[in-house]
Amino acid sequence: MKIHLTSVFVDDQAKAERFYVDVLGFVKKHDVPVGGEDRWLTVVSPEEPGGTELLLEPAGHPAVKPYRDALVTDGIPIAQFAVADVRAEYERLAALGVHFTQEPVEMGPVVTAVFDDTCGNLIQIATQPE
Amino acid sequence: MLGGVADELFKALADPTRRTILDELADRSGQTLFEICGRLSMRHQLGISRQAVSQHLAVLEAAGLVETRREGRYKYHDLNTAPLRQITERWPEPEPEESTP
Repeated sequence: MKIHLTSVFVDDQAKAERFYVDVLGFVKKHDVPVGGEDRWLTVVSPEEPGGTELLLEPAGHPAVKPYRDALVTDGIPIAQFAVADVRAEYERLAALGVHFTQEPVEMGPVVTAVFDDTCGNLIQIATQPE
Repeated sequence: MLGGVADELFKALADPTRRTILDELADRSGQTLFEICGRLSMRHQLGISRQAVSQHLAVLEAAGLVETRREGRYKYHDLNTAPLRQITERWPEPEPEESTP
């Protein structure tokens, strides 16, 4: 068994595509209409084009808002991405206007930071020790 | 009234986990619950639940040592050391004796 795809709910898929591709730097993998305005929209890391896909899923279900609001209030990220250098990534993203709810901090062996993806979620970035 | 405030203060300070939370907020004020939990578990190896951390924060807030603020969708915790002055005001350090030449 492999983790082939995971998903985050996004308020607006067009906005999410801009953020995850233009700001974070992921690459679009699939973009298929699935009825109405909704698309099957996935991105992958350019470092791993065959790796796990992230589905940017419409957040239309009524359970999504209260669930995400409660997590965001407490600063809890919905996904974690690995980066080579959290502090460098923090500088790069902050310069692009990304809002961090947790600036980089050493958490024992890892350095982590948490930012708002502008689509309703908090995302953690982490650098694992060598 | 002063007695009640002092009771809350001393109760809040009496617990080592709560003192560690204050240490971490002194390192950087304005933390989410998630960051506080991460610091306690990853920097101090304190394996306590998020609910337990919330309860500790409520005790610290009742003592005025932690203040919470909403900023948009996020909630942050700030350190407020002002209540600690009650301790030195109640038991002030004796004035140094004036030296008479």
